[in-house]
Amino acid sequence: MAECHPVAFRWIMKAKLAGATLIHVDPRFTRTSALANVYAPVRAGSDIAFLGGLIRYVISSKRWNEDPFFKDYVVNYTNAATLITDKFEDTEDLDGKFSGLMAYTGDKLNGFQAEYKNETWQYEGTVAQDQGRTASSGQSGEQGVESGQEGAAPETPKGPPYDELVKSLLKPPAKTDPTLQNPRTVFQLVKKHFDRYTPEMVEQITGCPQAAFVQVAEQLLKNSGAERTSAFCYAVGWTQHTKGPQMIGCCALLQLLLGNMGRPGGGILALRGHATIQGSTDIPTLYHSIHGYMPSPSALKSKKHDTLNDYIASETLAKSYWANFPKFMVSYLKSMYGDAATKENDFGYDWHPKVAGDHSHMPMMLQMADGKVEGMYALGQNPAVGGQNGIFQRRALGKLKWLVVKDNFETETAAFWKTAPEVTSGEVKPEDIQTEVFFFPSNQVAEMDGSFTNTQRLVQWHNKAAEAPGDCRSDMWFTYQLGVRLKEMYQNSTNPRDEGFKNLVWNFQIDEETERLHAAEIEKLGGDDAAKQVKEPEGEPDIRKIMREINGYQSADPTKHLKGFSELMDDGSTTCASWIYSGIYPEPGILLCNNRDPQPDLDNKGLPNLGWGFAWPANRRVLYNRASARPDGTPWSARKAYVYWDADADFTDTKTGEVTKGKWVGPDVPDFVPNKAPDYQPPEGATGLAAHKGTDPFIMKADGKGWLFCPTGLVDGPLPTHYEPAESPVRNVLYPNQQINPVYKAWGREDNKLAAPGDPEFPHVLTTYRLTEHHLSGVMTRWLPWLSELQPELFVEISPELAGEKRIGNTDKVKIRTPRAEIEAKALVTRRMRPMKIDGKTIHHVGLPWHWGYQGLVTGAVVNDLTALVGDPNVSIHEGKAFVCSVEKA
Amino acid sequence: MPAAVPHGFYTDTTVCIGCKACEVACKQWNQLPASKGGAPQLSGQSYDNTLRLSGTDWRHVKFIEDFKTEDRSGGRWMMMSDVCKHCVKAGCLEVCPTGAIIRTEFDTVVIQSDVCNGCRACIAACPFGVIDINPANSVAMKCTLCYDRMKLDMTPACAQACPTASIQYGPIDELRDRAQKRVATLQAQGETRAQLYGADTSILGGLNSFYLLVDKPEVYGLPANPELPSRNLAASNAFSAIGAAVMGVIGLVSFRKRRMDRFAQQGNNE
Repeated sequence: MAECHPVAFRWIMKAKLAGATLIHVDPRFTRTSALANVYAPVRAGSDIAFLGGLIRYVISSKRWNEDPFFKDYVVNYTNAATLITDKFEDTEDLDGKFSGLMAYTGDKLNGFQAEYKNETWQYEGTVAQDQGRTASSGQSGEQGVESGQEGAAPETPKGPPYDELVKSLLKPPAKTDPTLQNPRTVFQLVKKHFDRYTPEMVEQITGCPQAAFVQVAEQLLKNSGAERTSAFCYAVGWTQHTKGPQMIGCCALLQLLLGNMGRPGGGILALRGHATIQGSTDIPTLYHSIHGYMPSPSALKSKKHDTLNDYIASETLAKSYWANFPKFMVSYLKSMYGDAATKENDFGYDWHPKVAGDHSHMPMMLQMADGKVEGMYALGQNPAVGGQNGIFQRRALGKLKWLVVKDNFETETAAFWKTAPEVTSGEVKPEDIQTEVFFFPSNQVAEMDGSFTNTQRLVQWHNKAAEAPGDCRSDMWFTYQLGVRLKEMYQNSTNPRDEGFKNLVWNFQIDEETERLHAAEIEKLGGDDAAKQVKEPEGEPDIRKIMREINGYQSADPTKHLKGFSELMDDGSTTCASWIYSGIYPEPGILLCNNRDPQPDLDNKGLPNLGWGFAWPANRRVLYNRASARPDGTPWSARKAYVYWDADADFTDTKTGEVTKGKWVGPDVPDFVPNKAPDYQPPEGATGLAAHKGTDPFIMKADGKGWLFCPTGLVDGPLPTHYEPAESPVRNVLYPNQQINPVYKAWGREDNKLAAPGDPEFPHVLTTYRLTEHHLSGVMTRWLPWLSELQPELFVEISPELAGEKRIGNTDKVKIRTPRAEIEAKALVTRRMRPMKIDGKTIHHVGLPWHWGYQGLVTGAVVNDLTALVGDPNVSIHEGKAFVCSVEKA
Repeated sequence: MPAAVPHGFYTDTTVCIGCKACEVACKQWNQLPASKGGAPQLSGQSYDNTLRLSGTDWRHVKFIEDFKTEDRSGGRWMMMSDVCKHCVKAGCLEVCPTGAIIRTEFDTVVIQSDVCNGCRACIAACPFGVIDINPANSVAMKCTLCYDRMKLDMTPACAQACPTASIQYGPIDELRDRAQKRVATLQAQGETRAQLYGADTSILGGLNSFYLLVDKPEVYGLPANPELPSRNLAASNAFSAIGAAVMGVIGLVSFRKRRMDRFAQQGNNE
């Protein structure tokens, strides 16, 4: 975190100065380790073994079993007490596999090595997917397994209104055993699943000395409970594994067991790869998800996503806040197609693009390499350096007819045809590449207005601080103008598939309405600032109109902004692009994400500052914060009081004006029905949040509980399990007959070879990472002398032990080889790298920062030439953090 | 304008994360050139590619790897942002023949570029190796503690950019109080090696840029007992005649070098 998020690390240092214990778990001793109280080294890719060890340690500990806090939290707020069907078989029963594994028969391009039918992972007495979205629609979007909700049966009520449809989806509640003694309870299954993750096993798999592991476990236990909370921070390197989402899930499981979710100072914080990556999944640039975490309609699920009714029936949960799904979806379709979206035409649902397979980066590049993709836009993206198996990526780019690159400098992707290593070596000739490359110079962030959404879901506005040089344009200008031109091209088309584009609402131009929209704000700002607000380069869209579209408004009168998502309707009378952001722009002139009241006193007391920016949803800073109080509504402790029930407080119903006694209070916005008493019991037939008890904090889950066991939502198992990376120098000690995640994604191509487990030709673990001094593929740093001089050359970090074995001296040139490629780097021999004993073998880590390329002021080999196209089955994230290599002196 | 009382830096090395934001902020504010156009060679010395303070590097983050044991237990990686110490008894100021080096109203030590003749006396006189010639203008340069910003009541660029408040700026008395409290806290937490360097008058009358260290000064490359050039004055009297002659030669050489450098620079520009 100190390496890649130095500014956010400020708060970690403040916490440390205030007495917090900082623990760092990492294969390398980094700048973060240097500042930590406890450092625990682990082998890259062995994280689930480490976390699983912590889970076992925690639930076997005296403290966890004797302090009533933990049982109170776990029984009431998680699904620990829920019974799972007796058809479920664990990896411990099936030698590393869960029940339901079967051959994958779908399109090979999707890469699945197998797939799970998750019927046997369900709650006792409930059928598949009662508890949530089908994994295959919520996540990857390309599995056609028959384990999802059935979609709309003929007798399913039609909408809008969709209330009757939602009611028809109601299922009986799951069975529970609050004593947690029944062997089919989630808790007993979790206990059994992790029973072999002993400190000895942790050391054997991860290489972490038992003493260090136990120290971490003891610190976590000591620092969790009614009086204290612990938080986990991870950087996206944690996700880049063939089991990445399961690693994060394993961390969530641990945090739920420790009672660290929904409480101040707890939780799991994803430190995103760069600014506003959170924003780019909220209003996604992802293929499988549409705004506000709704699943993309999928053509593969023809029975379930054929019509809007089918789609809503298959993706709506009758219980939980997701019961409002029809309102989110219809309001979204209204934002797409405006007046053309009517009740009669399913609000334009048929015009909406549908998923036809895995359209994520790796399969896209595979198709490109096979000549099936004609053109590509690379906006602020540099796959020639950042993509896995870089040589493959660049060859794929060469099969395009056209390529558009919009960036600050001429990136490696823009110049792949003239300066790539395979071109300068003569292997590939520029005249053989037919790709036409268009380069558009881009504004920098400081050269435009806009917003960032950070990991805390906090949206913060930034103002333009400087004019962009030359012909540079903002991404917004580019996207808007592209849309304008495409709409012109399509306007006379009679092709039915172009209807969507013809009906797409694209009215973001700056006009007299802009003046009105800005009037209140201009008045507020006054003077020079006001003048600045309205001057934009020619052709720039009106950013406030876009914010209004995101926030939502009354369809009949766009000047009437929505105050929040509770105002959304399912009949087309409201328009809202992204329901989770609704309320960010509650009226013209008031953009809440532009709030900048510093309130340092709150900060010093560790209290949230609701006057700084806007955190979706509804400006809440800690999600599921009902869990910060005991089941009876009182704070767990005075020290950790946050959101709690005040039986004497007056609650005013905003719609009726009626005043009643009792509401949730505290320094944050309660993430709960504001006047739902802790002893509330849902009546028979209740839907939505009314179906949750007064003690159900996880309001987005059908059962209102935090999930230790995931009956649905993940395609590779309901519990996290240790598997080796796709390439590993050691066998899977835990499951000798199941080396790798059985359903991981791989493509078995000659141009993307993988090393066999334990291949003596590639004995070392290779991991890649970033340095403080550079950013990603280096486009924002390697062109700037003041930054490039700080880390001018690519280097490979190795231990003196490995260096001695290979007779490599400090700064010697070294060859690093994988089955995909060989590159050269200078050696940085350091005792910060250490050999590890894994399953009796000495294993060396080889570390490579991946910032360099063949363009820019400082250049170096492309480290990702070494990595492989191989990934996780849930979200198709590549495995870039753990693979194997050989190292020789050049 | 802030009160004309001694101001300086307190650098708490225990929260330095080695991000080098101070180096970049310093170069940007003071418009100092990057080394070799931004493309020097990899040093191979930990994550340090700046290596030393110089006429163009007024901030330098040191990286000290200390992993002596076989299994690396107790291993440490210490980082420290080094800078001019703005000594109360400043050797550079003492030897400067042209009066280019002055003590400001904030008790800081500043080289006036337009008065410096590049004689290099100050370079030799500084016990910390802070000063060097900036090849761009061939005069001695070093940290000014952002004198230009101070006069406008602005925090020096490095302290402003430091994300973890390792570099703190303010009136020296306040900084010393703060630092002493921090040492006491660290001591109480079991970090018995925590100590201040230059916060009292024992080192050159006091350093207006002082440090909190968690090991002996030598571990950080800081002299335990730095000395002023004037301490050797009596002994060196005997050599003064020879010394003057040598200085004269050095002076000639350095003027010649300046001229040569300028020619070389012009050559490069053409």
